[in-house]
Amino acid sequence: MMCDFLFSLVCTGEIFELKAELNSDKKEKKKEAVKKVIASMTVGKDVSALFPDVVNCMQTDNLELKKLVYLYLMNYAKSQPDMAIMAVNTFVKDCEDPNPLIRALAVRTMGCIRVDKITEYLCEPLRKCLKDEDPYVRKTAAVCVAKLHDINAQLVEDQGFLDTLKDLISDSNPMVVANAVAALSEIAESHPNSNLLDLNPQTINKLLTALNECTEWGQIFILDCLANYTPRDDRESQSICERVTPRLSHANSAVVLSAVKVLMKFMEMLPKDLDYYGTLLKKLAPPLVTLLSAEPELQYVALRNINLIVQRRPEILKHEMKVFFVKYNDPIYVKLEKLDIMIRLASQANIAQVLAELKEYATEVDVDFVRKAVRAIGRCAIKVEQSAERCVSTLLDLIQTKVNYVVQEAIVVIKDIFRKYPNKYESVIATLCENLDSLDEPEARAAMIWIVGEYAERIDNADELLESFLEGFHDESTQVQLQLLTAIVKLFLKKPTETQELVQQVLSLATQDSDNPDLRDRGYIYWRLLSTDPVAAKEVVLAEKPLISEETDLIEPTLLEELICHIGTLASVYHKPPSAFVEGSRGVQHKRLPGSSVESPDTGSAAGVSEAPPAVIPSQGDLLGDLLNLDLTPPTTTGPPPPASSGMQMGAMDLLGGGLDSLVGLLNTVLSEAVSLRCVIPALQNLSSHYTTCCQVWLPAMKAKGLEISGTFVRRAGVIQMEMTLTNKAMSVMTDFAIQFNRNSFGLAPAGPLQVLTPLSPNQSIEAALPLSTVGPVMKMEPLNNLQVAVKNNIDVFYFSCQYPISMLFAEDGKMERQVFLATWKDIPNDNESQFQIKDCHLNSDAASNKLQGSNIFTIAKRTVEGQDMLYQSMKLTNGIWVLAELRVQAGNPNYTVSTVLVVLAVFKSCAGAAVITIYYQKK
Amino acid sequence: MIGGLFIYNHKGEVLISRVYRDDIGYVSMEQSFGWKMRNAVDAFRVNVIHARQQVRSPVTNIARTSFFHVKRSNIWLAAVTKQNVNAAMVFEFLYKMCDVMTAYFGKISEENIKNNFVLIYELLDEILDFGYPQNSETGALKTFITQQGIKGQTKEEQSQITSQVTGQIGWRREGIKYRRNELFLDVLESVNLLMSPQGQVLSAHVSGRVVMKSYLSGMPECKFGMNDKIVIDKQGKGAASDDAGKSGKQSIAIDDCTFHQCVRLSKFDSERSISFIPPDGEYELMRYRTTKDIILPFRVIPLVREVGRTKLEVKVVIKSNFKPSLLAQKIEVRIPTPLNTSGVQVICMKGKAKYKASENAIVWKIKRMAGMKESQISAEIELLPTNDKKKWARPPISMNFEVPFAPSGLKVRYLKVFESKLNYSDHDVIKWVRYIGRSGIYETRC
Repeated sequence: MMCDFLFSLVCTGEIFELKAELNSDKKEKKKEAVKKVIASMTVGKDVSALFPDVVNCMQTDNLELKKLVYLYLMNYAKSQPDMAIMAVNTFVKDCEDPNPLIRALAVRTMGCIRVDKITEYLCEPLRKCLKDEDPYVRKTAAVCVAKLHDINAQLVEDQGFLDTLKDLISDSNPMVVANAVAALSEIAESHPNSNLLDLNPQTINKLLTALNECTEWGQIFILDCLANYTPRDDRESQSICERVTPRLSHANSAVVLSAVKVLMKFMEMLPKDLDYYGTLLKKLAPPLVTLLSAEPELQYVALRNINLIVQRRPEILKHEMKVFFVKYNDPIYVKLEKLDIMIRLASQANIAQVLAELKEYATEVDVDFVRKAVRAIGRCAIKVEQSAERCVSTLLDLIQTKVNYVVQEAIVVIKDIFRKYPNKYESVIATLCENLDSLDEPEARAAMIWIVGEYAERIDNADELLESFLEGFHDESTQVQLQLLTAIVKLFLKKPTETQELVQQVLSLATQDSDNPDLRDRGYIYWRLLSTDPVAAKEVVLAEKPLISEETDLIEPTLLEELICHIGTLASVYHKPPSAFVEGSRGVQHKRLPGSSVESPDTGSAAGVSEAPPAVIPSQGDLLGDLLNLDLTPPTTTGPPPPASSGMQMGAMDLLGGGLDSLVGLLNTVLSEAVSLRCVIPALQNLSSHYTTCCQVWLPAMKAKGLEISGTFVRRAGVIQMEMTLTNKAMSVMTDFAIQFNRNSFGLAPAGPLQVLTPLSPNQSIEAALPLSTVGPVMKMEPLNNLQVAVKNNIDVFYFSCQYPISMLFAEDGKMERQVFLATWKDIPNDNESQFQIKDCHLNSDAASNKLQGSNIFTIAKRTVEGQDMLYQSMKLTNGIWVLAELRVQAGNPNYTVSTVLVVLAVFKSCAGAAVITIYYQKK
Repeated sequence: MIGGLFIYNHKGEVLISRVYRDDIGYVSMEQSFGWKMRNAVDAFRVNVIHARQQVRSPVTNIARTSFFHVKRSNIWLAAVTKQNVNAAMVFEFLYKMCDVMTAYFGKISEENIKNNFVLIYELLDEILDFGYPQNSETGALKTFITQQGIKGQTKEEQSQITSQVTGQIGWRREGIKYRRNELFLDVLESVNLLMSPQGQVLSAHVSGRVVMKSYLSGMPECKFGMNDKIVIDKQGKGAASDDAGKSGKQSIAIDDCTFHQCVRLSKFDSERSISFIPPDGEYELMRYRTTKDIILPFRVIPLVREVGRTKLEVKVVIKSNFKPSLLAQKIEVRIPTPLNTSGVQVICMKGKAKYKASENAIVWKIKRMAGMKESQISAEIELLPTNDKKKWARPPISMNFEVPFAPSGLKVRYLKVFESKLNYSDHDVIKWVRYIGRSGIYETRC
C-alpha cells in the first residue's frame, strides 16, 4: 500500500507533463503521450485526470492512436460518465465509417463502455451494425448484444435485439453464427426460463453445418450450445453424434472435449444393443488418450474430465491403463490425477502392472504423491481380491523402508485390508508392531491401536503396547483416545485376567479426567456394560463388523450426471456443480443427462419440465426477481416485490407460453415453505398414534339456529368424502339442505348435491356423505388446509370453516419411479427443504412404512445407515405437487426426523394455475 | 467467459492487464481506477506467484474467482473468470496467445512485453472480445494488425481482410504468388519409452507431428497420403493379393491423430483422406500417436550395485537398434546419482562422460553412433555417509538422441497439389520430405 501511495505522488508531476504533450500539435508526440498514459494505467497509476485531454485525441484518422484512446476510454468512462458522453459523437460517426474495421472497432468499444447514458446512444449504431454488409462487423455486433444485455437487459429486449440475434444463427458467415450462438447462450443462461435458444431440428442442422466451417473457437461455442439440446429420439441423437464425431480429430483440445461432452450426453439416448453405440464407445478412447500429450495444464483439465468419464462409462478406457502411468517429469498435479484414474481402472487383468507402478511411485520425492501411492496400493487390495496378497506383501516391503510417512500411510491402509479380509493377513501384525514408535500422526496411531485391540488375542504383549500409549493419553487427539479406549476394552474382554488394572485406568482417564463429551460418554457406556453384563458387553464391543465397500471416493450418481453435462468446463475441473462456485443466477440451473428420467409416462411432463434446455427448478429467493425481469415491466429492480396489483397482472399472463415454466418455478418457491411445513406435518404426524380423524363439531347448534354439524374427511377408494352428521337441536323440522364451498387452496368442491332426503325432525340426527372433487376454483387459504363452507336449509344460511387433513389429498398414484425419485431428490434446491421431528412414535420403520402407505405415502426406498433406517417417500397432492420425504428412524428412539422437499412436477391446468399464482404472489 | 487477462513478471508485477468483464475482482467502480482491479491482480500474486509451495494446480480458486495460469520462462499469463467457463478453451487460448505473441515479437520475455505493450493491447482487443476468443490465426492477424497504421488500404483490401478474418479459410489470404512453388514436409517424431530394469517395455509410444512449410501460389488444394494401415488395407483389398501382403507390412497403425483446422475433418472421418488448403508458410499439419510396432532406436541396460553404504557401482550399456548405414546424433545419457555423492570415477569406451554435481547426474555424450553398435560406461560413485533414513529414490536413466528416420515407421506416400485457377500443376511443385526421430521421455528404470 505504501508503494501505491508513492506511485500517486510521483504521478502528479508526470501528469502535468503528459497533459502538455497530449495537447501538442504534432501527431507523433500525441501518440507517444497516449502510449505513456496507457503504460501508467497498466501499472495501476491513476491517470483519470487526463480524461478530457485524451478524449480530444479521439478524432483522428490514425487507427493506432484511435485504438489507444478507445482503450483508455474503456477503463475510465465509468468513473467519469459525464465526460464519456463527449466521446459518443465520435463513436456514432465511426460506426458509419466506410472502413469495416473501424465500424467494428467502434461498436466493439462502445459495448465495453459501461455507462448507462451511453447505452442509449449505442442502440441505433448497433442495430445498423447487426445488419451490416460486412461479416466482420456483424460478428462483432453479435457479441456487442451480449455486452449490452449485461448492462441493461431490458433495453436489449425492448429494442428487439434478441430477435435480430436469433436471425444471425442463419447467417451465411460461420463466424457470425458462432458469435451469435455464444451471445445467445450467455443471455439464455441468465434467464433460465426463457426460451431464447429455441433449439429445434432446423436450428440444430444450421449449427452443425456452421460447425464444419468456423474457427476453432466458434466450434467450441457451437458444441457447448449443442450439448444443451435434448434430441427427440435415438435416431436424431445418432445423426447428431455422427456429425460431431469428426471433431474428435481436431488439434484444439477444447474442441475435442466439447465434442466428447456432446457425445457422452447423447449416447444416453442410444439403445445399448445398437451397433453404433459400440462404435461410438470405441471412437471415444483414442482422442481422450491423445489429450494426455497436450501441455501439462491441458492434461490436467483432461485428466479431471477423464476421471468423470471413467466413473460414468468405465468401458471406454478400460484397456488404456498404461497411458496413465506417471512420468518422472510430470507436474505434481498431473501425477496425482493420473494416480486417481489408475486406481479406478485397476482390474484383475492389469493389477500386476499397476502394482509394480505403484511400488515405484512410493519411492518418489513428493510426500503427497507418495502417500497417495501407498493408499492406492491398499485400495487395489480391497478392489481386486486376487491381488490382495501381493498388495499386502508390497506394503510390507514399503514398511521396511522405514520412511516415516510411508510406514504410517501403509498402516492406515492395512487396517482397511484387515477389515475387508478378516483372518487372512494377520501374520503381518508382528512387523507392524515393530514400527509402533515411529507413528506420530493420529490417523496412523489410531489405526495401529485398532489393529492391536482387534487382534489382542494373537499379540502376546498387547497389554504392554497399549499401556505405552496410555501414558500420554491426554496429549493424544480425540481419534486416538477413542480408539485406545475401545481397544483396551476389547483387550479386557479377550484377556480379562491380566488386564483388569489397565481397563480401570483407561476408564477413569476417559470418564473423570477428560472433558470431551464423546469420550466420556463412550467411557461410561463401556463401564456400565462391563459392570452389569459382561456377556452383553462382549456382544456389543466384539460384534461382527459390516464389510467395507470396494470403491471409495466415487462421485455420487446425480452429481456425476450433472458434471458429465459440464465436461470441459470449470465445474468438471473442480468436480463441483457450477452453483457451488458461480455467483448470481448464472449457472445455478442443474443440467441432467437425457434418458435418465423419462421411463414412466406419468412423469413424462415432469421430465420435460426439468430437462427443457434451460432447465427449470431454479433455486434461491431471487427467482421472483428474475421472473419480474422477464415478464413484467420494471426491469432492473430485483429488490422488493412490487405491490399486489402487479401480482394480478401476472395472474393474467399467458400461461400457455413461456409463462408456464415460470409459474411452476414460482409455485415451487412460494409453496415450499407453506406446504412442506404446515401440511405435511399433520399427515406424517399420523404416525404418532394419537392422531385419528375423529369427528369434530364444525358448526355448534348455538350458532346455527339449532343445526349442529359435526364431521370428518376421509379418502375412500380414491374419492375424497366429507362425512357429516347433521343434528337438529331446534324445535322445528329442517328441510332443503344444500351446501357450498368457498374457493380454497386445493380446489375442493362438492361433486354432487348434499343428499339429505328426508326432512330432519327435532332431536334427530342424520348422516350424510358428500363426495368431493378437486377441480373447483382455487384460492390460497390461511392455514392452507382451511375450508369455508356454507350450509343452507329452510331456516337460514350458515357458515363455518373446518380444516381437512392434507393426507386426504395424497393421490393413489403418488408412488414415484425409483430413479425419478433419486434424480429429483438431488436436484431440489436446499431452500425447498424443511426438517422436523415427530416425537413419541413407537413404530419400527416397516410398520411406519405400512401405515403411511395406507395414507398414500409411498416408500420408494429404504436404506440403513449406522442403525438408522432411512425411508424415502413420495406423495403426490391432487393438484400435482409432489412432496418427497426422507424419514429417519432410529431403532429404539421414538422420535423420527423427517425432511421433506417439495417438488412441482406436473403442470397445472391453466385456469387453476392462474388463480393460484395470483394469490400466492399477493401473499409474498 | 474470460473476465480478464493479466501478464505478470516473475516478481508479480503487472505488465499487461486487460479487463473484459466487471464481475471479476472489483465491485465498486466509484473508486479511482488505480484500485479497482487490484483485488483480482493482488489475489493472484499473493496466492500463486508468491506462494511458498510449488503450485499444485494450474487452476486456482480464490474467493470465488478462478484463475487459470500458464508460465513461459519467467512470465506468468493469467486468465481470470467468475463463471463456469470452458476450462480447456481458456488454456488453449492462453497457449494461442503465447504463439501469437511469439510470432509478432519473438521470445516472451519481460523486456519484449514492455516494448510491445501497445501491440499486445491491440492484439488482445482483436482476439478476445468480451472474453470470447475470436480469430487468432497469426497469418490473418498480420494482415491488419501491423503497428504501422493501415491508412493506405483500398476498399477492396479492407473487405478482403474482413472476409479473411471471418471467412471459412481464415488462415490463408488470397492472391499469394511465388515464382517457385515449393513445399517442405518434416515428419518430426518423439519416441517415448519407459522400460523396467529387466528390459521390459512398460510403456512406449511415438508422438509425431507433420510440419509443413508451403510456398505455393493461389489457393492450392492439397491432398496428403501416408502409409496409414486403414487406408492401405482398404486399397489392398482391391489390389493383387501378394501386393497387399507387402504393403500391409509397411503400413502403420495410427492410434489417433489430430489436424490443423485447415483439414476437412468430416472428409477424414468418412473417407480417411486428408485434404486441405494450407496456410502460407510454416504450420503443423497434423499430430499423431502410435503405440504398435515402434522401432526403439536405443536400448539401455543398466546395472547398479550398492557396495556397502558408501559406494555404488554403475554400469550402463547402450545398444543402437537400426540400420547400420544410418547415424544417430546428439546422443546423451543421463545417469542420476544420489544426493550424497562425494566423488565419481567414470570410464567410457566412446564419447565423453562427466559427473555434474549441480545436476546430480553423470552425463555421457556421444556425438555420432551408427546402427547395430554397442557402447558402455562404468562408474564408481562414492557416497558420504548420512543418517538420512530415506532411501535414494533411484530416478530413471534418461536418454536423448536424434535419428534420421521415423521410429513409428510412418512414410509419406504423396502430397498432391491442385490449383485449378493458376497454371501450375502438381509436377511443377518442388517437394522436400525429411524424417527426424527424437527422444521424448526415454527412460529406463534402474
